[in-house]
Amino acid sequence: MMREYTREEFLIATMSGLFGDGRFMVSGVNSPIPAAAGLLHEHQQPGFFVSIHGDPDRTPFVDGGVEPFDMAAQGRLDTFVFGGVQVDGQANINLVSIGDPKRPKKRFTGSFGAAGLYYLIPNIVLFFPSHSRRSLVQKVDFRSASPQAPEGAFRQGGPRWLLTDLCLFRFDPVTGGFELASVHPGQTIAAIRDATGFDFVVPKDVPTTAEPDAATLARIRGDVRDGLSVAYAQFAKDCIKEPGS
Amino acid sequence: MTRSDANVTLLAEQIKDGARLALPSENSGVPVAVVRALIARGARDLRLVGGPTGGFAIDLLVGAGCVASVEAAGVSLGPRGLAPRFCAAVEAGEIEMIDSTCPATHAGFIAGEKRLPFMAVRGVFGSDMLKNRSDWTVIDNPFPPHDPVVVVPAILPDVTALHAPLADEAGNVWVGNRRELKTMARAAKQVLVTVERIHPGNLVKDSAMAPGLLTAPYIDLIALAPRGAAPTALPPDYGPDDAMLDSYASAAKTREGFDGWLADFLGHDGAA
Repeated sequence: MMREYTREEFLIATMSGLFGDGRFMVSGVNSPIPAAAGLLHEHQQPGFFVSIHGDPDRTPFVDGGVEPFDMAAQGRLDTFVFGGVQVDGQANINLVSIGDPKRPKKRFTGSFGAAGLYYLIPNIVLFFPSHSRRSLVQKVDFRSASPQAPEGAFRQGGPRWLLTDLCLFRFDPVTGGFELASVHPGQTIAAIRDATGFDFVVPKDVPTTAEPDAATLARIRGDVRDGLSVAYAQFAKDCIKEPGS
Repeated sequence: MTRSDANVTLLAEQIKDGARLALPSENSGVPVAVVRALIARGARDLRLVGGPTGGFAIDLLVGAGCVASVEAAGVSLGPRGLAPRFCAAVEAGEIEMIDSTCPATHAGFIAGEKRLPFMAVRGVFGSDMLKNRSDWTVIDNPFPPHDPVVVVPAILPDVTALHAPLADEAGNVWVGNRRELKTMARAAKQVLVTVERIHPGNLVKDSAMAPGLLTAPYIDLIALAPRGAAPTALPPDYGPDDAMLDSYASAAKTREGFDGWLADFLGHDGAA
């Protein structure tokens, strides 16, 4: 069946459904889909606000780079989306390198704020839009951020969801592993198993991820596309359809 | 107290080979003119600290062979992707990479500013930074609830170098809302600043501007360097030079491409 929406529009709609009843989200550098999902969620959750890197009207920080981290520590930052090079079945993420970190086969950017924020932000969504055994691995080559802390460690947040282009996983902080929450339209559990390098729990009934309805698509192609264009003009043009289409 | 008649070459001469040099994050006042003078001089064995991340300038210094180690929470060309010479140097084992995470680097500079031995930082547990770094450790909170807490040592750079929109005639430098620049400067033993222009008078008396000042007592040398952060952005003065950064990102993918680009860059209106 020919779909009525783009891959990105689907991911924006699905991700926004994970943002819950928090009030403040910060979307990081190079994060058009999380930024768009935040903008969409503003319409679904009154009082919710997304800060978008690269949009001066949506950057309420006046004390330099430290301030977002302090806000997170204060419990004032509710939602954040992390990507990375690898994620494993214990929700460890790797933004650093493949192979031995001392002499890596491939070096990437670095961990940025992940290691700290992993304990501070209540609703962390992991976003790996190219679901494969290369990115969803049994054990990450470098732990940029990990939910595994010594007993008694301060924790007011952590990873809650892992969204890919094939499915949605829910992280269980008690077992420390992932459970399949929904399967995207057209995908199968067998195909997801095949593309995933770690074991995960499959409940008896796994729903299909809801498709965005007409009103949601109209919203994405209207206000969200407009708002996103300030920081991500090219992405908004290329990946979100024209209003009314 | 402050010499504001210095030039970029004199600033670069202050940064000795082997120095621990702190540099601002991309688009936050990166002193590209000083970096270019360092490369022109053939500086060696610099130990860079990103504040807390790095981009174009760190990639350039690494590619030019000026760097022994990089301590940063991330190094990238932002929207242009990975920092190619940095990544190649780490993969080849040519530089030591000391991975950090943003709040830990901020904490290290804050400890440095206060001349405290260390600072606690939330989270970081379970990460390989904590595992690999012999200078980070976990202590028990001495107060109830006696929870384990990660602590990181003070960062005390030999030099913090930065570029800012303006200095006034009294030698105060306006860094605007980039508060971490003040912290990084105060943590350092020596502070070198380039500016776009000199503003008449003394801005300490201007209550709108004063909160954004790094005042004269912290600063060793100031030099005038118009467009001294370019091709990186210097808000609110100018945005990134997209054409130049695009050409860099593409050329620096190979050693040969980088060398050619660097030769042009150094040749540009008589570097330094």
